[in-house]
Amino acid sequence: MSKLKTNRLIDSAFKYVGIACTLFGLAMLGIFIGDILIKGLMRIDWDFITSLPSRKASKAGILTAWTGTAWILGLTSIIAIPLGISAGIYLEEYGKKSRLASLIEVNIANLAGIPSIIYGLLGLEIFVRVLNFGGSLIAGALTLSLLILPIIIVGTREAIKAVPTSLREASYGLGATKWQTIWHQVLPAASGGILTGIILALSRAIGETAPLIVIGALAYVPFVAHSPFDEFTVLPMQIFNWVSRPQHEFLVNGAAAIIILLLITFVMNGIALYLRNKWQKKIKW
Amino acid sequence: MKLKRTAEKVIESGLALSGLITLLTTLGIIWVLVTESIGFFSEVSIVDFLFDTQWTPLFTQKHYGILPLLSGTFLTTSIAILVAVPLGVIIAVYLSEYAPYKFRITVKPLLELLAAVPTVVYGFFALTVVTPFLQSFIPGVSTFNALSAGLVMGIMIIPMISSLSEDALQALPKSLREASFGMGATRFQTAFKVAVPAASSGIIVSVILAIARAIGETMVVAMAAGQQPQLTLDPREGVETITAYIVQVSLGDVPHGSLAYKTIFAAGITLFAFTFLLNNISYWLKKKYQEKYE
Repeated sequence: MSKLKTNRLIDSAFKYVGIACTLFGLAMLGIFIGDILIKGLMRIDWDFITSLPSRKASKAGILTAWTGTAWILGLTSIIAIPLGISAGIYLEEYGKKSRLASLIEVNIANLAGIPSIIYGLLGLEIFVRVLNFGGSLIAGALTLSLLILPIIIVGTREAIKAVPTSLREASYGLGATKWQTIWHQVLPAASGGILTGIILALSRAIGETAPLIVIGALAYVPFVAHSPFDEFTVLPMQIFNWVSRPQHEFLVNGAAAIIILLLITFVMNGIALYLRNKWQKKIKW
Repeated sequence: MKLKRTAEKVIESGLALSGLITLLTTLGIIWVLVTESIGFFSEVSIVDFLFDTQWTPLFTQKHYGILPLLSGTFLTTSIAILVAVPLGVIIAVYLSEYAPYKFRITVKPLLELLAAVPTVVYGFFALTVVTPFLQSFIPGVSTFNALSAGLVMGIMIIPMISSLSEDALQALPKSLREASFGMGATRFQTAFKVAVPAASSGIIVSVILAIARAIGETMVVAMAAGQQPQLTLDPREGVETITAYIVQVSLGDVPHGSLAYKTIFAAGITLFAFTFLLNNISYWLKKKYQEKYE
């Protein structure tokens, strides 16, 4: 066989290796979702969603878990979104050349790579002990806010970067100040991209388990939280707790709760993807 | 006019303050880890910590050697990387150099869904599907084992490597490939002798970030790899990683301020040191080679 033929053979062989590897990844996702659906789908009914936790697997529900997740989602949004957007604006529009800005930039790259469990240790010392919030919703939300802040900042910066300079110059030309330009021109133009980053960050926050375990969130909370200072549990904690038990019935409960959690995660990611595509199409200045 | 200018200044300071919070976060993490670790090392000698081969802070016979936790972390991370690097790089090369455009833009977000799945779900999958599957054909696999956790973690970080590497390959100028094709090279030759070497810094960055991610991953190992700190490289056995140990202590009733409480910070600072090092290497590589082709 000539060298040319061998090369052509390798070339087309790799094509099939590539397809096989890609399909393997997708198949894993499929198996994974299929397996969980088979195990848990039959368990989901209205009672499961509206019942308090229980020592009996057949009576246990996820009411405290999903309301806890909703609380965390709300509180984390209130804390992290304004901070993240502000920091993003500062880095992109104001601090371009300053030393502080470049220090913050290196720092954000670093923060994004710190394992989530380390944020848990930070939250345990600062929010749970020093500020004395205990294992409450507010301690959890503050910890998760610090965790997702880098994601929101990076997303905001990317979105602002994509806004053309001509838009800013036109605004300045009409006599607008820097802040007026940012508020009335840059932010509206960048809103799609910023929103994408926020949704992805929040979807990350509601899937986190490790930092919440470390700050002392409880797996068994027999009441629905009424204030940010109440103890809480969230869906991932509830899943972890159920899966850790030896009885098969609790495993089924875990699978059912996973379906709900995955549903929320995938819907959020879907919205983010849709926004990103729409925004990228729109932005042909 | 003057009022306006003051307002502008106030706004700028407010925005800068938000940026400062990220700096405070880092300082806070370092401060917390260091102060609690100082407390730990005033009671346990650093020699014992680094060289003792047993980690039993919760038993009556106490030993504080970090090595078993390190070997557990090393074992699960290595398995994950052995899975994720070949698959991730092949997928990246295939999607970037071979696949039709439509296929690429459909498959990439689907693969990225793998990274969006909460890690507690992967733990469930490792424990209830992968471990029984491994037990069906490998003798001696325990209920909790490093192999299952490592394999699942590997699948989890495939999209990190494939997406970032694919981005690096896509960022290469077209002229590079055209020159190679013009010389009569096949797609395979162009991909592996021109494109991959040219994008190598981006690919290496993606691998380093994936390693850091695997070292810091918690739920998969806590649920599937077990809580037996032992110095072993046998993937069929149960091990305990640094992260799983922190979870184990957090779930128990360890009084604040006790030596056992401080162990999670000593474990935490060890974990932090590794990921900090890897992150900085990747950041430096990215900065250094970023604009090579622009």
